[in-house]
Amino acid sequence: MSVYLRLAAAQVRAHAQYRASFVIDLISNAVVTMLDVFSVLILFRVTRALGGFGVRDVLVMTALSATAFPLADLLVGEIEKLRGYVRTGLLDTVLVRPLSALFQLLAIDFSIRRVTRVVQGTIFIVIALTLADVHWTPARVVLAVVAPITGGLFFCSLFIAGASVAFWWIDSGEIANSLTYGGRDFTMYPVTVYAEWFRRLFAYGIGFAFVAYYPALALLGRPDPLGAPAWLGWASPLVAPIAMTLAGLAWRTGIRHYRSSGS
Amino acid sequence: MIIEARGLRKDFTVRKKAGRFRRVSTVVSAGDGVDLTVERGELLGDIGPNGAGTSTTLKMLTGILTPTAGHVRVCGYEPVPQRTKLALGIGVVFGQRSQLWYDLPLRDSFALLRHIYRVPPADHAARLKDCRALLDLDEFLDTPVRQLSLGQRMRGELTAALLHSPSVLFLDEPTIGLDVISKQAVRSFLAGLRDRGDTTIVLTTHDLADIERLCRRLVVISHGRIVHAGTLTALHKRYGSRRRVIGDLDEPLLEPLDLPGVTVESVEADGRRLTYSLEATTAGAVITRLATIASLRDLSVVEPDIEEVIARLYTS
Repeated sequence: MSVYLRLAAAQVRAHAQYRASFVIDLISNAVVTMLDVFSVLILFRVTRALGGFGVRDVLVMTALSATAFPLADLLVGEIEKLRGYVRTGLLDTVLVRPLSALFQLLAIDFSIRRVTRVVQGTIFIVIALTLADVHWTPARVVLAVVAPITGGLFFCSLFIAGASVAFWWIDSGEIANSLTYGGRDFTMYPVTVYAEWFRRLFAYGIGFAFVAYYPALALLGRPDPLGAPAWLGWASPLVAPIAMTLAGLAWRTGIRHYRSSGS
Repeated sequence: MIIEARGLRKDFTVRKKAGRFRRVSTVVSAGDGVDLTVERGELLGDIGPNGAGTSTTLKMLTGILTPTAGHVRVCGYEPVPQRTKLALGIGVVFGQRSQLWYDLPLRDSFALLRHIYRVPPADHAARLKDCRALLDLDEFLDTPVRQLSLGQRMRGELTAALLHSPSVLFLDEPTIGLDVISKQAVRSFLAGLRDRGDTTIVLTTHDLADIERLCRRLVVISHGRIVHAGTLTALHKRYGSRRRVIGDLDEPLLEPLDLPGVTVESVEADGRRLTYSLEATTAGAVITRLATIASLRDLSVVEPDIEEVIARLYTS
C-alpha cells in the first residue's frame, strides 16, 4: 500500500475518534447535492429553457458538475488549510519528511466525510443520462466515465493553484474559494446563459466550459449554439492535464517562497 | 564534513504599517554570511538570542527555507533542491511543533514513520526497542498523543526522529517548557547518543544548561552572524570570564595578597570578604597563599557563569 494511502487511512482513523461529528458531517454533506438538483428544478418551474437548453440537457451538465467538484473537494479540498500552515510555520514538519510536500498535505488532511457527495453525484449522472435519452455509442460511454474525472482533476488544479497563492500572500483570504466554489456554481448551468464578457473570461479564459458544458454537448449529440466545432466536446478532457501542469508549476514556485515562522 | 555552510544568508521582507493603507517594506537579514562546518559524530550547540537567526539557519540546513545567498551541503546534499533525499538521512525535532499524529496512539505514529522512511521492519523494531528502554516509553505507548504530557511527548518526538537512524539529528529547543526531571531525561539520552558517536547532533537551544551538559563545541549567533565558534572553555577565555575565589576572613588583611595572575574583584564587609578573580593561576595557589597571611573562616570557588558570558556576547 502506498505510504500516502496509509497516511490518509490514519487520518480517517483519527477523524473517526470523534464519532458524533463524523456522522453529522457525512449526513450534512449528503444534503448539499440534493440542494444543487433542486435549485435547477426550481428554475425550470419558471422557464422552459435555460440558455437554449431544456431541463433534461441542463441536468446532465449539473450532474457532471455535481460529481466533478465533490471529487476534487474529496481529494484536495483540505488544501485550503495551507494558508494556516504557512502562517503558523506548521509546514516545517511536512518539509523535513522524505515525501512530496503536496501529496503529504493532501494525505494527512484527507477527510472521508466528503465521499457521500461523490457517490451521490455519480448516481445523479446515471439518472440524468437515462432521462436525457442519450444515443449511446462506445465513445460516449467512455466520455461519460472520463468527463467527471477530468472535470474533477480540473477543479483539483484550481484548488492547488489557489492555495499556492498563500505562499506569497498570507492574507489571500477567500480568493481561492471564489474560483473553486464560484466555478462549481458556474459549471452547473449552460455557459450560454452568461453575458459574453463573463463567459469569455470564465468559460474560456479559465476553462470552466470544458468541465460540464462541452462534454454534455458531446454526450447529448447537440451542436454548440455558440458555434464551436463538435470535436471540442470530445477534446474537453484535455483541459485537465493542462490545468494540472500549471497548478504544479504554481505550487513548486510557491514552496520556494515559503518563509516559515519566527520560531 | 557532514555539514558545510559558507556565506549563508536569508533575507526576509517585512511590511510595516505606515498609515492607514500604506505599508513600508524593509529587508531584514536573518543569517548574514553564516559559515559553519560540523564533523561527523560531533555534537554542535547553536545558541543565540531570539530573532538572531539560529532557527533560520537550522531551517536552511534542513531544506525548509531556501537561502537567499550562500552555499550549503548537508550529508552531501543541497538541502532545498534535494530535500527528500536529505530527509531520509536526517532527523528533526522541533520543541514547539509536534511531528506525531495528535489523535492516534504514539505507537501508530511510529508505525507510520516506518513506512514514510521505508525502514525494514526488523531494523525498526530493534531501534524502537532501544528507545523504549532508554526513554521509558512503555507506559504511554498506547496513549493518544494529545493526552501525553509535554515530557512524554518530547520523548516520543526524539524516538520518532531517530527510528530511521539518521546520520544527522537536528534539535530545535528540545527542552523548552519541560520540567527538571524531563529535561534531565532528554539530556542524558542525548549525551548517550553523543557518546555512541554515530549520530551527528546539531542542538539549537536557549537553555544554557543544555549547552554546558552536552556540547563540546558551540556556535553563538547574534544579529545573523556567528560571533563565536569553538569550545565553551575558549568562550570563557575569550570573554574574560574567570573563576573566582571568595574568602571570608576573621580580620581584614594587613598586607595585600601578592600573587601574579590574580586581581581583587571586590572588597566587602569592611574588608572581611574578599573576591579574587583568577587569570593565570590556580584556585589552589590562591587559597594556600591566603591561608598563610590571614585566618580564614569560609572559602568558596565560583565557576564562571555562562549566562553572563552569553549575555555579554548578545549585547555586544
